[in-house]
Amino acid sequence: MNPQTIIATRIARELRAGMLVNLGIGIPTLVANYLPEGMQVFFQSENGLIGTGAIPAEGMAHPLLTDAGGRPVTALPGASTFDSAMSFGLIRGGHVDVTVLGGLQVDQAGRLANWMIPGRMVPGMGGAMDLVCGAKRVIVAMQHSARGKSKIVRECDLPLTSIRPVDLVVTELAVIAFPEGVATLRETAPGVTVEQVIAATDAELVVPPDVSEMPL
Amino acid sequence: MQTIPVEEAVAKIPDGASLLVGGFMGVGTPERVVDEIVRQGKRDLTVIANDTAVPGVGIGKLISARLVRQVIASHIGLNSETQQQMMSGALAVDLVPQGTLIERIRAGGYGLGGVLTLTGVGTAVEEGKQKVEVNGRTYLVEVALGAEFALVHAFLADYLGNLAYVLTARNFNPIVAMAGATVIASAEHIVPVGLISPDHVVTPAPVVDFLIANP
Repeated sequence: MNPQTIIATRIARELRAGMLVNLGIGIPTLVANYLPEGMQVFFQSENGLIGTGAIPAEGMAHPLLTDAGGRPVTALPGASTFDSAMSFGLIRGGHVDVTVLGGLQVDQAGRLANWMIPGRMVPGMGGAMDLVCGAKRVIVAMQHSARGKSKIVRECDLPLTSIRPVDLVVTELAVIAFPEGVATLRETAPGVTVEQVIAATDAELVVPPDVSEMPL
Repeated sequence: MQTIPVEEAVAKIPDGASLLVGGFMGVGTPERVVDEIVRQGKRDLTVIANDTAVPGVGIGKLISARLVRQVIASHIGLNSETQQQMMSGALAVDLVPQGTLIERIRAGGYGLGGVLTLTGVGTAVEEGKQKVEVNGRTYLVEVALGAEFALVHAFLADYLGNLAYVLTARNFNPIVAMAGATVIASAEHIVPVGLISPDHVVTPAPVVDFLIANP
């Protein structure tokens, strides 16, 4: 399995039937592909859709039915559409059960930075800050390192998305949780040792005795 | 409410005007109004919208034609021209979290001074803003936003100006429609009064000042 598949497969196991879930762009979008057959999860697109389905078959795209990136999607049976105030009322108001977002850095207190690199990449935060503040559970899907540098750091040097700690970070090496805002190793990927995770991680990790293997 | 040609509606917008524009990545954007603004060459505009789409689409056309002086938006990452103009200093860009942006516009249209939100507390977004404590939690005060013109695009309009939207083309449109001093609406279809059921009207006719006649 490549790193993205490991991450998306593992995160899919966190979802349950009937949940309202918001997936960010990049690896988070892949999570929808790894749900158990027949499990119905409500996926929200923040441009105003619950019940977001797969990319339409050729010739079936509708120009007024898109995801938050403006790409054509389908709407599943039971879908609903609404305006942006309702969409963010769902997000900030605690109605979204899980959001899965990409990350640039997460610090050892669980604080996420994922919206800008000063001077280089200033796309705007879109809905990310509202999602981290308001979703019941926040899961970060990202590779453990970028250009050889750990993305799980002692302290973020990139601008924060929110001061609310995330709940879970899933990388191709490990699952890390943040009980009481303390980075705690929960699982290692198959074939990866605790020592390898510690060596690849800049942040200080609490390592309990019961670290398990990532179920995939 | 008056139904007028697009040329006449856009002629009412002066250089330097502030515009609230509906749409999300070009979906549900009043494309004909945008095209006419470019044709008439309105300058120094302030645009308040979710995003600036991509070059050549929706608000992206106003950016490419260099008609915009200031943008207030939540996301500009998919329009390289917006980013270039921002980096070169030709365009002022104020980035606002999407949920905060839509609530500031809603407050503007609903007669509120602003809203209190947790979004942005402890981040770069809080700089220069008032904070208040309510029931033991600290919120940012995000002030109301309005504009001289709201440019709205609906799926259906009736002859009186009642508006209904479809699918993900609704987005910012009904909120924006409440927050413009002058509201200019266009629609995919203009239909007889009564065809939109009262329960399905989202923007009531009295809110709309001008409806663009379809060609």
